[in-house]
Amino acid sequence: MIVAQGLTKRIGSKQILKGIDFEIRPGEFVSCFGPNGAGKSTTLKILALLSKPTDGELWIDGQKADTANPVLRRKIGVISHNSLLYNNLTARENLLFYGQMYEVPHLNNRVAELLEDVGLVHVANDLVGTFSRGMQQRLSIARSLIHDPPILLMDEPFTGLDEMAKHILNSILGKLSASKHTVFLITHNFDQGLEQSDQALILVSGKIVFRCQPQNMTQEEFRQHYLASQGAFK
Amino acid sequence: MKVVHKLYILLWKELKTESRAKEVLTSMLVFSLLVVTTFGFALELPRDEVGKILPGLIWVTLIFAGLLGLNRSFVAEKQNDCLLGLMLCPIDRSLIYFAKTITNLVLMGIVELVSVPLFFIMFNYPMPQKTGLFLLILALGTYCFIAVGTFLSALAAGTRTSEILLPVLLIPLIIPVLLSAVLVTQHALGSSIAGVSLYLKLLATYAVIFTVLPALLFDYLLEV
Amino acid sequence: MTQPKNRLSEKLLAWFTFFSVWIALYLALVYAPTEKTMGDIQRIFYFHVASAWLGMFAFLVVFVASILYLVKKEFKWDIMAQTSAEIGVIFTTIVLVTGPLWARPIWQTWWSWDPRLTTTLIMWFLYLAYGRIRKAIPEEEKRARYSAIYGILAFTDVPIVFFAIRWWRTMHPGALITSSGVGLAPDMKPAFFLSLIAFTVLYFYLMNKSYRVERLRIELKTLREHFIGDR
Repeated sequence: MIVAQGLTKRIGSKQILKGIDFEIRPGEFVSCFGPNGAGKSTTLKILALLSKPTDGELWIDGQKADTANPVLRRKIGVISHNSLLYNNLTARENLLFYGQMYEVPHLNNRVAELLEDVGLVHVANDLVGTFSRGMQQRLSIARSLIHDPPILLMDEPFTGLDEMAKHILNSILGKLSASKHTVFLITHNFDQGLEQSDQALILVSGKIVFRCQPQNMTQEEFRQHYLASQGAFK
Repeated sequence: MKVVHKLYILLWKELKTESRAKEVLTSMLVFSLLVVTTFGFALELPRDEVGKILPGLIWVTLIFAGLLGLNRSFVAEKQNDCLLGLMLCPIDRSLIYFAKTITNLVLMGIVELVSVPLFFIMFNYPMPQKTGLFLLILALGTYCFIAVGTFLSALAAGTRTSEILLPVLLIPLIIPVLLSAVLVTQHALGSSIAGVSLYLKLLATYAVIFTVLPALLFDYLLEV
Repeated sequence: MTQPKNRLSEKLLAWFTFFSVWIALYLALVYAPTEKTMGDIQRIFYFHVASAWLGMFAFLVVFVASILYLVKKEFKWDIMAQTSAEIGVIFTTIVLVTGPLWARPIWQTWWSWDPRLTTTLIMWFLYLAYGRIRKAIPEEEKRARYSAIYGILAFTDVPIVFFAIRWWRTMHPGALITSSGVGLAPDMKPAFFLSLIAFTVLYFYLMNKSYRVERLRIELKTLREHFIGDR
């Protein structure tokens, strides 16, 4: 589904990504770890077709990635630590807006369905500005899924969430991995996502220093690998 | 046409968010009314002299009221990183620029509808003889100003000192607009100015150049 | 590492600048005849026009370098735009100062809304705005990109400004004397042309030096980051 070859990204005089290669098969759940500044968000932005790599190639669903291609954009949904929602619109209006931008058919039904999935039906007509962070993030998930994208990119979605929101997010992640969505999750937390992951990557200073299949090891072992990788590239 | 439909959706979003908050429009309106009133107090002039400065007063007031509104147009998108949300949508990025420009034009239109007649009332000046020309120059001048202003507000919004920066960036660029608009307005108000059609052509050229150029450059502005 | 390339041509440039400026000064201040009606103050004219020409040229360089930066994304174009803008401000300021200085004794007025002088004033503001953008953005890539965008818009505006003001001044009653109507006696021509040449090489000399300094500064920063670590 996603094939990245030799991706490099240079911003100004800084080399953020120094050539990374990876492949994500359809339906795979990949989690990405790494210290701050490693280039995880930059990688996600390239995958989201927001940013052009300085060098290297990216294929999404068999097509060469081109930031100007709207067709590919429809296949991608993004959850960021910011909600990407309009505070002055209601939850329903936000979803209707994005739904129309993505040309989602039977939009009203879809919106109702999503609101139920994330447990926000009772506040559908309230302004997003009045929501707590957890509620905003839940709505953000609904927003990212409105056009039913086969690929979902998530940049530290659990940041600042309360328990209820974390619980809902976890169950959604479970559903996504079960329903064969292709997921790329950036996270700092080993609890979140590792168990559903088919593949885990550790990114340090713009390079992938470790990759594995977490199903084959315990969380503790993975943690050891993570700490080791920090030391090696200091 | 899908593109037109998406533009329409973007406009719906813009106007809906503004109508909820109401802060931009009300600030612009209150500001322009204050300015008109202030000038009314500050300038004690006999009517024929008022006629000479009225066009200038009107345009300067509109520009400063416009700056208030322009500042906000992209700063609002920074909240919750909404601009990123728009960039993810399957649309041409310059559509965002057009939607914002049209929204700002609508807001300015409302402000002008209220404040311009007030100028004439406040100074007891007869309404413009050449009404058609007057409306034309208001529309054309406002468009030129807003087209550049919207683009620059996107640029300024990406910097730290956006509110102070925008006027510094914008005003030198719109000097020709201001000059031409004031002269044509003078003509519309009755004093005969030579070469009005030349100024109108200049404004039209300006409008074309400064619609196309920003639309082309907008992608570079939004690069991540 | 920046190797000291073209050391010879840079030295030649420096010496040529040095000599031509001195010769120009001599020609303008000593050799050229005193103007009949205006007197010695007219000598400012040589530097005034040369500076105006360079101010415009510097802005053109900003424009071209800005386009090249956006297309090629190489930092050297940004450096070129930035240094040309800085030098342009200097020349433009000279124009704006010498203009009134010259106009006052002759026409008893400081400012005459002369189209070229007024356009230079607007250009000065545009240069300053360009500088303001650069100061307002700490991230180097963003700064380069944003200022390039503004550089393109700003330069496109200049001809429009010029025509607008020119039509205004020629058609609006009460237009004052423009400074374009100064005839050049044959004896004055050497001073005039050499001032032009002197200022042009001065521009290139300043560009060359500033460019080098900027480049070295950036290299130093890169090296520091490489050895000491990312900040």
